[in-house]
Amino acid sequence: MAEPIIEIRHVSYRYEKENVLEDINLTIHEGDFLGIVGPNGSGKSTLIKQILGLLKVQKGSIKLFGQEINRFKEWQKIGFVSQKANSFNTGFPATVFEVVSSGLTKKLGLFKFFGKAEHHKVLQAIDSVGLLEFAKRNIGELSGGQQQRVFIARALVSDPKLLILDEPTVGVDAKNVQSFYEMLEDLNKKFGITLLLVTHDIGTISDKVTHVACLNKNLHFHGNTAEFESLNISEMSEIYGHDVHVLTHNHDHHNHGGTVR
Amino acid sequence: MIAGVLQYEFLQNAFLTGIIIGIIAPLLGVFIVVRRLSLIADALSHVTLAGIAASLLLEKKVLGLSGLNPLYMGMAFSVAGSLFIEKLRAVYKHYQELAIPIILSGGIGLGAIFISLADGFNTDLFSYLFGSVSAVSRLDLWTILIISVFVIALVILLYKELFLLSFDEEHAKASGIAAKSVHFIFIIMVALVIAASMRIVGILLVSSLMTLPVAASIRIAKGFKQTIFLSMLFGEVSVLGGLTISYYIDLAPGGTIVIITILILIITILVKKISSMRPA
Ligand SMILES: Nc1ncnc2c1ncn2[C@@H]1O[C@H](COP(=O)(O)OP(=O)(O)OP(=O)(O)O)[C@@H](O)[C@H]1O
Ligand SMILES: [Mg+2]
Repeated sequence: MAEPIIEIRHVSYRYEKENVLEDINLTIHEGDFLGIVGPNGSGKSTLIKQILGLLKVQKGSIKLFGQEINRFKEWQKIGFVSQKANSFNTGFPATVFEVVSSGLTKKLGLFKFFGKAEHHKVLQAIDSVGLLEFAKRNIGELSGGQQQRVFIARALVSDPKLLILDEPTVGVDAKNVQSFYEMLEDLNKKFGITLLLVTHDIGTISDKVTHVACLNKNLHFHGNTAEFESLNISEMSEIYGHDVHVLTHNHDHHNHGGTVR
Repeated sequence: MIAGVLQYEFLQNAFLTGIIIGIIAPLLGVFIVVRRLSLIADALSHVTLAGIAASLLLEKKVLGLSGLNPLYMGMAFSVAGSLFIEKLRAVYKHYQELAIPIILSGGIGLGAIFISLADGFNTDLFSYLFGSVSAVSRLDLWTILIISVFVIALVILLYKELFLLSFDEEHAKASGIAAKSVHFIFIIMVALVIAASMRIVGILLVSSLMTLPVAASIRIAKGFKQTIFLSMLFGEVSVLGGLTISYYIDLAPGGTIVIITILILIITILVKKISSMRPA
């Protein structure tokens, strides 16, 4: 069995009065590609923020790489692309190169400066998302989809073992979403990076991910993709609390969404 | 002019101080502007005024305190003000900008009380409000020099962290850097630089020396480092030009310096317009 990377045990969370997460138990192993799905307000981001240490764990426990989260120090092992990444200040005067470089801040450590090796690393990360020709442009001068790829590069530049993405495809058009997910699949399969992806888009990812978790305050389902696909519509509705139209596993991506051109 | 600087110590003090603040005010200003904290500089400068008024009051009313340098009390108030702002920003999580009018009016209020308790001051106060070519002492110069060495060293050492914090605060926190401490150090530096700059540009115009050169460079710069570099260049040109003019025509340097920063701003906007009109 692969090593557990994230172990979530009996985690509950409340903001003011209302519980948004109740008794969540979830383990993510090395090499997994887990998709977390759930309707708006189901607590997905809240769970992610606790894993990242942005919110304190109120009840239960979270272990990262086998370490209790409050004692965990190796944050450079975790890359993160936030749901809010595409609402950043687009007038910010920084080049793509500078933004991606900032992903090395923690790994490099306090009072350390950029050297040749770091420079090379950054260019490599920019190249891996196909933006090399834009490296010297200000980030505000890129399209939404390109900006999103810059944030992926920033997350990748420190060679993370685990990459966490919270709805990274908001504002990215359908064609680019597809190639974006293919890139994630590559990262997972070729480089063995463990992925945790929050999305609304169950249909599109179901043939990319290895596991699916359905969240709606409680964890309603957690299993591998085959088990997930065998869920029927009424079970899905129960998870979502309303009728859903699940786009099941569509192998023929080229016909997905009709032919545009 | 050159002869004057060589001859008079007060002119040396003013120009050397000017050269220093022309660098450090826009340097911190870049981080202030991109973090949308421009008004904090305004709030802190008014708190500095309260500190200066308090110092002048003590000097006037309490015997044995003549020779008290108002710069120190101004700095103390400015730093205290910055800590209050941080506290208030934590209290009003969703209305963080509220901290600014609260501190700003608190500063003016206190200043007004101290000034009236002292039955007004003489021309001294005018020089604190709008800057002065003749008011900088050797001791001021040394104090400001030490502060600037400290500020520049910290910005270089913490550059990565300051950049990340400015660009994406959430990511800074999630990546496990000591975001809170870095922010804390930053805000103390801002408070010190504001107090240091007020001798030359004056309290009412300190914030413009921090923000206007940045506003100009942001229009034309590629990338963050270039923005910093151009901001310092524009700041330096404004301070030296402004001081020179103010020395010759006997004007308050705060006014001449700020007018030059505004001219530079207008020029950069025009340059950008013209260069974007040319077909690529
Ligand atoms: N800072 C906050 N203060 C109070 N309540 C909050 C806060 N953030 C989120 N909530 C509430 O917690 C619940 C879960 O929010 P969360 O952001 O985790 O949902 P989500 O699953 O990520 O939704 P979405 O798909 O819209 O991103 C929501 O009902 C929301 O109203
Ligand atoms: Mg969310």
